[in-house]
Amino acid sequence: MTKLAPVLSAHWDEKDSFTLEGYKRHGGYTASAKALAMDPDAIIQLVKDSGLRGRGGAGFPTGMKWGFIPQGDNKDHYLVVNADESEPGTCKDTPLLMANPHVLIEGCIIACHAIRAKHAFIYIRGEVTHVVRRVNQAIEDAYAAGILGNGIDVVLHIGAGAYICGEETALLDSLEGFRGQPRLRPPFPAIAGLYARPTVVNNVESIASVPAIVKNGAEWYQSMGTEKSKGTTLYSLSGHVVNPGQFEAPLGITLREILDLAGGVRPGHKLKFWTPGGSSTPLFTDAHLDVPLDYEGVAAAGSMLGTKALQIFDETTCVVRAVLRWTEFYKHESCGKCTPCREGTWWLVQILRDLEAGKGTEADLAKLLDLCDNIMGRSFCALGDGATSPITSSIKYFRDEYIAHLTQGGCPFDPVASTLFAGAGA
Amino acid sequence: MTTEVVDMITVVIDGFEVTVPKGTLVIRAAEQLGIQIPRFCDHPLLDPVGACRQCLVDIEINGRAFPKPQASCTIPVETGMIVKTQLTSTVAEKAQRGVMELLLVNHPLDCPVCDKGGECPLQNQAMSTGEGSSRFEGVKRTFEKPINISSQVLLDRERCVLCARCTRFSEQIASDPFITLNERGALQQVGIYENKPFESYFSGNTVQICPVGALTGAAYRFRARPFDLVSTPSACEHCASGCDMRTDVRRGKTLRRLAGDDASVNEEWNCDKGRWAFKYVTAVDRLKVPQIRNSEGILEEASWPEALAAAEAGLKATKSAVLVGGRTTYEDAYGYSKFARVVLGTNDIDFRSRLSSDEEREFLAARVVGSSTTYRDIDKADQVLLVGFEPEEESPIVFLRINKQFRKRALKVVSIGSKESIAVDKLKAEFVKVAPGQEAAAIAAQSLTSKSVILVGERAAESAGALTAVAALADSSGAKLAWIPRRAGERGALEAGAIGNVLPGGRPVTDAAARVDIAALWNTDSLPTEIGRSTSQIIEAVNSGSIGGLVVGGVDPLDGDNSQATLAALDKAFVVSLEIAPSAVTERANVVLPVAAITEKSGSFLNWEGRARSFDAAVSDSLNRSDLRILSMIAQEMGISLNLGTVTAAIKEIASIGKWDGARVSFNKVNASTQPALNADQALITSWRRLLDLGTLQKGEENLAGTARQTVAVISPKRAEAIGVVDGDQLKISTTQGSVTLSALVENIHDDAVWAPRNSRGSQLLVNLGVAHGAVVTVVKA
Repeated sequence: MTKLAPVLSAHWDEKDSFTLEGYKRHGGYTASAKALAMDPDAIIQLVKDSGLRGRGGAGFPTGMKWGFIPQGDNKDHYLVVNADESEPGTCKDTPLLMANPHVLIEGCIIACHAIRAKHAFIYIRGEVTHVVRRVNQAIEDAYAAGILGNGIDVVLHIGAGAYICGEETALLDSLEGFRGQPRLRPPFPAIAGLYARPTVVNNVESIASVPAIVKNGAEWYQSMGTEKSKGTTLYSLSGHVVNPGQFEAPLGITLREILDLAGGVRPGHKLKFWTPGGSSTPLFTDAHLDVPLDYEGVAAAGSMLGTKALQIFDETTCVVRAVLRWTEFYKHESCGKCTPCREGTWWLVQILRDLEAGKGTEADLAKLLDLCDNIMGRSFCALGDGATSPITSSIKYFRDEYIAHLTQGGCPFDPVASTLFAGAGA
Repeated sequence: MTTEVVDMITVVIDGFEVTVPKGTLVIRAAEQLGIQIPRFCDHPLLDPVGACRQCLVDIEINGRAFPKPQASCTIPVETGMIVKTQLTSTVAEKAQRGVMELLLVNHPLDCPVCDKGGECPLQNQAMSTGEGSSRFEGVKRTFEKPINISSQVLLDRERCVLCARCTRFSEQIASDPFITLNERGALQQVGIYENKPFESYFSGNTVQICPVGALTGAAYRFRARPFDLVSTPSACEHCASGCDMRTDVRRGKTLRRLAGDDASVNEEWNCDKGRWAFKYVTAVDRLKVPQIRNSEGILEEASWPEALAAAEAGLKATKSAVLVGGRTTYEDAYGYSKFARVVLGTNDIDFRSRLSSDEEREFLAARVVGSSTTYRDIDKADQVLLVGFEPEEESPIVFLRINKQFRKRALKVVSIGSKESIAVDKLKAEFVKVAPGQEAAAIAAQSLTSKSVILVGERAAESAGALTAVAALADSSGAKLAWIPRRAGERGALEAGAIGNVLPGGRPVTDAAARVDIAALWNTDSLPTEIGRSTSQIIEAVNSGSIGGLVVGGVDPLDGDNSQATLAALDKAFVVSLEIAPSAVTERANVVLPVAAITEKSGSFLNWEGRARSFDAAVSDSLNRSDLRILSMIAQEMGISLNLGTVTAAIKEIASIGKWDGARVSFNKVNASTQPALNADQALITSWRRLLDLGTLQKGEENLAGTARQTVAVISPKRAEAIGVVDGDQLKISTTQGSVTLSALVENIHDDAVWAPRNSRGSQLLVNLGVAHGAVVTVVKA
């Protein structure tokens, strides 16, 4: 029996899944109609009961977040949807919004009603212009159909391409027109967020999960997943696999099961290492194939579920090279606000480049780890922490490979072998 | 005085208990125990940012420990909090050492040529918290250096540790967000907007609070090492704000001045004029030797005995008066006050070398002498009313204090004037627009409470009835009243009685008991009984022949309302000039006596609050004498002992003056004048002096002058349309005396008014037009 449980992705295979008509065909916008007739507090309770947790990486209970918004404070409240999907490996919101933008709009209506907000802002990554066009069209259609504009408005805001703007407070700064840099907390967004008003910031997938919960009830949602990680979610499989893509399954599925569904690692090769939730989460190896992919299971195995971005690397991949590429990304994306992340990533890249080129000694590994220790938990936001994860975990599992670079005076791998076109012309 | 109840919280830091007010940050609670946690971005007067991460400590609250070290500059104390700093936590210590190592990754090792070397928080904390040698073997970030972010501030970006103190100061304290952080990652940098330099009146503070040598002042760059400087606490002579200062001198020459730390006055800030205008003291043309005008009418150098004898001969032969500018110290002003009465036997003395009125003189004697409205009253005010006063231009620290309360609690500010200003805009003040000269009615229409504060500037004297209305408003509302002159010495001169209607301490000259008081103190039989002449009356009396001699100290004759008459009087009278540098007065004087500049003498100023701002000589070996000493010498020559040979003697004598319980000078109401009728091409002139202008104390400061605001003539949109002028067109303003032609700026100003700076390059209204406020001028497109 397949473990797939498509809810969000149930109708992605239909040609017009992204249209208002296509969405309505499967009961679209009936959940929001139902919700608007409900007491807002009842919706918050429903979402709390469902066990839905934030899909942006941290896994914070969504209903509880909504419950933090002060009620009766005579202030404007805002819903902000974080669609600034930029983590290396993470690729779930983009296909979700391409295939079904209306589910997000419906989720926004329900969430706005629940937190007594009149405005929702969708902050979308600037590079994905095709998604921007699609969401804009959906918003336009929703207004034309009278779904939006009757007390709840949705505004799409296009970011300028900074990874840091996925951090919720940096996102709010950017949305307000400032440079995106994380804000000091407290005050938390629930008290003083966008324009210093109570604000809920949720990931696209979290909000998109809400209509189905309203439609089918908390019990139905609870029936899926594991004890503390309820419901279904999108697992994004990429890298050295036969059929990469989105796999929607109840939380707690294992990589072994997903790989089975995806036809396995590319033929003739075997799994070497993988990320459970994007590049900021510590690497796993083939020893972790049976780790249940829920928040607790992954944490217990020493990593984080993150955005469930399963990047698969087979034995042709040089882990040093992969880690260096990721580190270069973090150096490029560090916002510069705090010292450990700004200066640390600048330094990490230089050490890793030397290591990849076979320069240096084993002592440099100790230096690298000590440096990571001085960045991890010392930086202003999680960007700096994330930058150290691939380094420390790769040294933990593949120390010998680092040393092999040093003893051989260079990389022992053929970089071409790990490419998609490897063997094509040989 | 009411005491505010503050919740106190006790926390344990490194095993020691400390009790601090609720809301205190951990880093400052630790300071109370003498525990210094290293820091860069933290500044007690700026909002916390937590950017540098240097101050990480371990914290637990009620037994629950934070999983990772926390920035102690961002976390307020809580009950049950236990803090372990680098002294007791190895985690905190390693975290701090780690951050320090990272800060140095991209910091150049150019300490030997860096201005900050020797007084650098990074250098010092690298010693306390860093390793002897670096593990970094890579390539450092480099930038083109330095960048001029204004004519007076330079930026070396590679030295910057990106603590954001400068950008936060500019935004949060000065409300001049002209600098900002750009780019990201290690390439993040401080920058200015394209073609918009860092032209803030407060930019120098960013240089002072920069914890590295990234921001430097053009005037001081590469000039000295901090350890070669001799520092003296001093007070600022540039305005009546009363900033505490530090003057740094090397080999007798002032090389820089810094803002001092006085929480009740300037906090830790000052303005760029106070910081960067001091070269006049060491200017090449400083007067050093006495001069006497010879029989051919030429000034020639003389010995002190010769000069004093000449002064004695001239003054004895005629009836003389005293003109003392508003820039003398309290003690010097007291010397002039006593000299006029005891030696010259006259009340003809006035410190107001500017536009003034008899209404003002009575107002000062009746309402200002001995008054004690303070900065603290602004902190507590429910509303601040500004009358004839542009705080940012005329008393910058008053602006900062109002701005602080505006940002903190949206303090209501109302400004009565003819032209909206940058400060009015920054303070979101309610701007009550009146025609120049018509202030009185608008003042009378205000409703204040006993918690309000009225700040009235010296320019209120230029509008008949304005001060009458101010006094009435203060009486009817119970609001606190403060008079804020521009010059640093005016309040002290008023208290010292360097004005015709009062003796020291506000004693009316017409009051016999008051005269007896002072005569006893001064050891003289009697004091003159008639109210003395004001500045303009003295000038008139010289020109009409009833006064033959003038003792003039620190007066610019071009500051008054009739500069032609003043110059004529100086030509006509026997003039003894006490000056630091050649001026229009010394050019006409019969005897010129060089006096000490501010850094060469001790003394005090009374700021607008009446608070004494005393200072010592910063240059210890100067041979220049204070005005007081020289007046004593002239008196001695004339056979009268002033007993004011030293500043200390004056301080002692002033302290022995008792409080005056008798009647004060009565304040006679003055009616407002009616607005003159205007033709289409006529307007009423209004103006003020800008902070940075052609003031004599700013002489030779090109870098500072580079950040002065542009000289423009401001007219209203209605007038602009009527005469067909747009921004940037040339506008000619003229009177029978002369004209100025300036670039036009169309702004929020009364339709009947035209504004131009009073003493800026290309616009010296008192010289060019002979008028500055409320008079009819002709305004046409040039």
